[in-house]
Amino acid sequence: MELTELSMLELAAKLAAGEVSSVEATRACLARVAQVDGQVKAFLRLDEKGALAAAEASDARRKAGNPASPLDGVPIGLKDIFLTEGVETTCGSRILQGFVPPYDATVVRLLKEAGLPVLGKLNMDEFAMGSSNEGSAYGPTHNPWRLDRTPGGSSGGSAAAVAAREVFGALGTDTGGSIRQPAAFTNLVGLKPTYGRVSRYGVIAYASSLDQVGPMTRTVADTAELLQLIARHDPLDSTSAPTEAPDYRADLESGVRGMRLGVPREYFINGMDPDVESTVREAMKAYERLGATLVDVSLPHTKYALATYYLLAPAEASSNLARYDGVRYGVRAKDARGLREMYGQTRERGFGAEVKRRIMLGTYALSAGYYDAYYVHAQKVRTLIREDFSRAFAQVDAILSPTSPVVAFKLGDKVDDPLAMYLMDVFTLPCNLAGLPGLSLPCGFTKKSMPIGLQILGKPFDEARLLRIARAFEREHDFHRRFAPL
Amino acid sequence: MKLTIEQVRHVANLARLSLTPEEEQRYATQLSAVLDAVAQLQELDVSGVEPTSHATLASSLLREDAMRPSLPPEKGLANAPSKVGTSFAVPKIIE
Repeated sequence: MELTELSMLELAAKLAAGEVSSVEATRACLARVAQVDGQVKAFLRLDEKGALAAAEASDARRKAGNPASPLDGVPIGLKDIFLTEGVETTCGSRILQGFVPPYDATVVRLLKEAGLPVLGKLNMDEFAMGSSNEGSAYGPTHNPWRLDRTPGGSSGGSAAAVAAREVFGALGTDTGGSIRQPAAFTNLVGLKPTYGRVSRYGVIAYASSLDQVGPMTRTVADTAELLQLIARHDPLDSTSAPTEAPDYRADLESGVRGMRLGVPREYFINGMDPDVESTVREAMKAYERLGATLVDVSLPHTKYALATYYLLAPAEASSNLARYDGVRYGVRAKDARGLREMYGQTRERGFGAEVKRRIMLGTYALSAGYYDAYYVHAQKVRTLIREDFSRAFAQVDAILSPTSPVVAFKLGDKVDDPLAMYLMDVFTLPCNLAGLPGLSLPCGFTKKSMPIGLQILGKPFDEARLLRIARAFEREHDFHRRFAPL
Repeated sequence: MKLTIEQVRHVANLARLSLTPEEEQRYATQLSAVLDAVAQLQELDVSGVEPTSHATLASSLLREDAMRPSLPPEKGLANAPSKVGTSFAVPKIIE
């Protein structure tokens, strides 16, 4: 087995045993990037020097018998949405080209303190708006499973880098499914924690009431370990939950015997890929064999989630993205006459089509005369969606569903049809609207060998149970051990 | 709901976006389609339903009203497209 095919914890065990050094692991990742990233295009920029310096420091700590964390020395990558001191951060946008943050996001600081070398910044849909990575101003990322396919979005660069064994794990963000959908498209475990579980300080904002940071890895145990490093209260983020995280590794192997797992009838829809439906239903049966009871549940407002999301997220985005005006950072239109023209031209030239579309939609929904009819109305529907979940969770421990109605689609297939693209998030975004944790787990392949994801949704702050449910399936199957043919 | 070019221009102005005529046309079509799709929300009676702004927060959390260090001016200005001394510089707006 190649070094880069190890899981994070397998590498950590070798580092702890002195069988391999962090510098060797980091160099192996860099060699892999040199070998495959010309085709995958997951990285927007490498920080070779910084990663190797961090790896050397890690090796010194290991040698002194003083590792900073269980994952000390394991190289990872970061979606380009996380502020990283001294390393250009663009959020996949032209408007932030050349922006070098003066500080680290809290999660970046935590990973550095835990000793993980950061290999570089990973491609993404501009400002995390998209479901295919084609919205990046720097060109699309390709799916390592089939290079003519999208890796999903918006954390597609993170997904592709982990799936292509360029890094051992990565962080992404999930506003409407942007961790779980790309994880499903690339055969990874992707976890969107409960809103507030992980700090958003220093994470470039898209839709602040929905955005959440989470791990993307090749195994459930890796996700638990990475979550352990980043899940904590952060006084710098006023939406960070003021509670400490439990030990996510403690009950990982405890199985699902006696659990009640909900199957929402609204999550199997017309137009689904038949391979996705049959594979996910097979995975659900596997849980019955493992001792869980499947319970039919209803989430009656599911059909309104897409419309709710596509009013609320753009409304928040239009407000968050008002800060990109060419004054304090990023690019500025140089030939503008006057301030107003500078704003307009800077934003016109700096933002891509999808970002402008969502800013326009959000501005419209918040404008005088439409605010109550669109924005407030959607917030009330959001309440109904939350209440659906509360009722369901009174009966069950967790909910199972497909992560996406389809597998990774061809690059270019949906770029001119925003509504078709938005449908890609139909199973993932209700979880964001309700602020719940959600996990995508490899659960099988189509007849053409494309990965399929099973989504597990949980009660607020119940990530430990989601990981335990996911691990119970993973222990009995080897889907997660299959690698992209690259 | 069909958005007119005038409405698109008005919204673009509110959003401080200078659109090309082609973009105005395109957004009129695409935003109209999205607004048609989201119109299904109107079929729900939400009278008496409280809006949700944050799903898991009961109330806003306030931090202690205490001084703490902030970015020094040179760091805060490091990414400025244009600056004068310790200020951000913008095009002149008065004669």
